[in-house]
Amino acid sequence: MNFWLELVLKLVLILGLVVLPGALVVIFGELKISAHMQSRIGPYFAGGRWGWAQPLADGAKFIQKEDLIPAAADDSVYRLAPYVVLAGTFATFVIIPFGPDLVAADLDLGVFYLLAISSITTIGVLMAGWSSGNKYSLIGGLRAGAQLIAYELPMVLAVVAVAVQAGTLSLSGIVEAQAEMSIFGLDLHLPYLLTGQIVGFVIFMIAALAELSRIPFDMPIAESELTMGYLTEYSGLRFTMFFLGEYASMISFAAVAATLYLGGYYAPFVPTDALNVLGPIILVSKVAVLCFLMIWFRWTWPRLREDQLQSLAWHWLIPLALVNIVVIATFKAVL
Amino acid sequence: MAGDDRVTRPSRSGIPMKGLFIGMWVTLKALFKKPVTVNYPLEKEIPVPRARGVIALDTEACTVCMLCARECPDWCIYIEGHKEEVPPAKEGGRIRTRAKLDRFDIDYALCMYCGICVEVCPFDALFWSPDYEYSEYQIDGMLHDSQRLTDWLATVPQPPALES
Repeated sequence: MNFWLELVLKLVLILGLVVLPGALVVIFGELKISAHMQSRIGPYFAGGRWGWAQPLADGAKFIQKEDLIPAAADDSVYRLAPYVVLAGTFATFVIIPFGPDLVAADLDLGVFYLLAISSITTIGVLMAGWSSGNKYSLIGGLRAGAQLIAYELPMVLAVVAVAVQAGTLSLSGIVEAQAEMSIFGLDLHLPYLLTGQIVGFVIFMIAALAELSRIPFDMPIAESELTMGYLTEYSGLRFTMFFLGEYASMISFAAVAATLYLGGYYAPFVPTDALNVLGPIILVSKVAVLCFLMIWFRWTWPRLREDQLQSLAWHWLIPLALVNIVVIATFKAVL
Repeated sequence: MAGDDRVTRPSRSGIPMKGLFIGMWVTLKALFKKPVTVNYPLEKEIPVPRARGVIALDTEACTVCMLCARECPDWCIYIEGHKEEVPPAKEGGRIRTRAKLDRFDIDYALCMYCGICVEVCPFDALFWSPDYEYSEYQIDGMLHDSQRLTDWLATVPQPPALES
């Protein structure tokens, strides 16, 4: 097939079938779940039943709003920032395998690419904070920078342990390694979460929450002190892009966590030749569970203070992740 | 000696982060409970009978004494009146004068529902009604004239029977 045609096809498939509907579903889930956790009903009227069209209505409202640029803002950087955030988010989906053959690009250095590309979002956030010409935005952007540097490390170290156990950096390879897992000669076709990676999984999820700037790690947009942090000056379509990007990256981190720790598109007792059809469904259900977890955390837990946030990363998660690597590597060498 | 005892520290359980998981259990339970909210336009909350929803006016009882307008902290009651002569009741009697109410408006955009006007009225011309549905698209619609205030009288609950 023509290279460019294939590229456009894959882009449209990933964006149109996975990212945008997924983000809308997660936004709706957040609205409804948060409402019921607070003993409310939540959206009810938009679209008829259950208020299912509420995210679409919100989007339509945001699009109609004026695209305001403050006089003190650095114009071109300010305009570019949301695109950088969205690009960083969407680029993660390229390597996530939805089935044995359903992957946009199976890179040999998949994990490396993933960790590199997910940091681009940070640059977008820093750009937004710096260019807004607003003290809240600037502090929010710098907090985001500090937070993402702090939590990038434990995340990388947690993923290193997975790469050590799987013996490959390709995400498809990691899924296959989980499907062919065997310890002590037993054929344990279990995901890594159940075969020694539980500490790594916890570290990865904490770091992912911090990278997403979600409660309990939402210091960059802490409303009570920074209005909306780096989002303060954004309105209209650009705000929508940040908003969509936030939820899309929630899905991407959930998908990565599902691939690395929960077996990705693989599930026990599912025939291997059916995985190309059932794989996406299995992966999406795992992603849904992880997204529910994140929403559940958000509507239960309080926000950490800035110094607590840093001390959690540097005093606890990084040493723990290093120990985790040593333990996993030892087991890998011994068994 | 007693220094440490006086400092009240937050009590900590032995298990770290136990509170976080107790909180998660609470929100999970709430998630599967029936919401406590009332789905307002579709189902209506029934207020208690003596709820302070809106003030009703009995124009027959009003003597234009202006006490309510003067006591109103928000100055949201507007009263105008004049005196008119009443022919004598009996032949050869004296012509009497009586106060006639021309205007009695309450601006609910200003009213703070303190109820002082109802309490201060010496002739029981003002009543609380529990009705609360009179929102408007324009702010001038919040100014209820005497006709509208009289209409609210139908929603005033019967006062409880007097104790003998």
